Amino acid sequence: MSEAIQNRYDFVVLYDVENGNPNGDPDAGNMPRVDPETGLGLVTDVCIKRKIRNYVEDAKADEKGYKIYIKESVPLESSDKTALEYLNVNDIKDIKKKDPDADKKIKDFMCQNFYDVRTFGAVMTTFVKGALNCGQVRGPVQLGFSRSIDPITPQEITITRVAITTEKDAANKKTEMGRKYIVPYGLYRMEGYVSANLAQKSTGFSEDDLKLLWEALVNMFENDHSAARGNMAVRKLYVFKHDSVLGNTQSYKLFNRVQVEKKDAQKVARSFEDYAVTVDTANWPTGVHCTEMVEQEKVEE
Amino acid sequence: MNYGVKIECWGPYACFTRPEMKAERVSYDVMTPSAARGLVEAIYWHPGLRYVIDEIDVLNPIKFTNIRRNELMHKLSASSVKANAKKGKPIMIVTRQDIMQRASTVLKDVRYCITLHFEMTDKAAAGDNPGKFREMLTRRARKGQCYHQPYFGTREFPACFRLVEDEEVLIPYPYTQSLGYMLYDMDYSNPEQITPMFFKAELKDGILDLRNCEVHQ
Repeated sequence: MSEAIQNRYDFVVLYDVENGNPNGDPDAGNMPRVDPETGLGLVTDVCIKRKIRNYVEDAKADEKGYKIYIKESVPLESSDKTALEYLNVNDIKDIKKKDPDADKKIKDFMCQNFYDVRTFGAVMTTFVKGALNCGQVRGPVQLGFSRSIDPITPQEITITRVAITTEKDAANKKTEMGRKYIVPYGLYRMEGYVSANLAQKSTGFSEDDLKLLWEALVNMFENDHSAARGNMAVRKLYVFKHDSVLGNTQSYKLFNRVQVEKKDAQKVARSFEDYAVTVDTANWPTGVHCTEMVEQEKVEE
Repeated sequence: MNYGVKIECWGPYACFTRPEMKAERVSYDVMTPSAARGLVEAIYWHPGLRYVIDEIDVLNPIKFTNIRRNELMHKLSASSVKANAKKGKPIMIVTRQDIMQRASTVLKDVRYCITLHFEMTDKAAAGDNPGKFREMLTRRARKGQCYHQPYFGTREFPACFRLVEDEEVLIPYPYTQSLGYMLYDMDYSNPEQITPMFFKAELKDGILDLRNCEVHQ
């Protein structure tokens, strides 16, 4: 395991959707999530975390130390030898009563083996009353909700299908109607944080893990194509690296430097080219470095 | 109480979950003292000190919104990790089988001003004093430094924060209403049995005064 990260990071991700539904709302019949007061589109933090998990699972294919705890579906049975090896050292029955550090060991084991536990944390319980409790593992990476730059206008598209499901229905009709919701175009913005302290003291999130996180964020939609999503792509990922562990300036001040505006206010946006993204570099705070990861360029030293 | 500090914090969402409605989460109307303490501890904390929240000022109108999400049904249990590891079974949670939709009623566009002071604990070193702790907290808050990013109730609702300098005056949104019994904080004095404490919350002109409140277990 390489060493835990030494710097605090804040980041802004801009991603867009074209003719797709980035995140359905179970309360609204799977319509795209909308903030009812502003009309801005929403994507929850957990939706993006799911994509990061999926990317890491695909990219690392169960490589040692990069397993994913919370999976979407049943994979091929792959026996977990590392866990066995690890736990064979201590007999299971003894561990509960004799080893006072059992919960800490299990926590460390989970952090070392599972990328998602190491990154986002997990709530671990033993269901044992009293003091034996692995507790709440807080991961260093924290994501907020994404909001679209402009109000979105979800559209309901009615589609037909020629194959009928039940024989009874087939006698009466030739096609079945279905519906899907799309956002014709939406540019979304998400902000996130990486705490070096939690990486160092809690989960051991390393530089390699961080590199993988940026890679996953840049490519999170590349392996996630489906009929519902349409075209989704990450357009910009600005990473603010602080020189110190605690940080060198307020995150919101850094976030405010990334300005996204429509080039022509009168025109309805239908592509990323309709927006202008600028980073205000005036009076740049010392000790903070900004890099744009999608196009791999340094914004400010 | 010369060692008071004021922190202003704000964010697009917040969820200070009511313990009686935590399956389908419903937030309290106002930040709880416990959440305020947690927020400040994310900026600076030391075993030698204990934060006492004196006042929470509500600066924005109280607004709610609804979010329903796919959530997991179960927590990660250490015993199942052990059992699966021993049997050689993969360790994971399959979301297809273990999913549940839960709605949360959360606050929108919140802004608070937290007034707090310090109390020393017996874990403080000989050279520690409230003045030193105050300096460290204010220095960090002024520079925007933090141990980890503070949040409003749950981690998906990050909080922006800044130090309110002594001479600054912030005007609360003038709400006067009873908020009923609210969670004050958890009593951690016995780690085997952590118990919640409650108090009767009265919002006066947007100010939740916690200085002389009666706390019930």
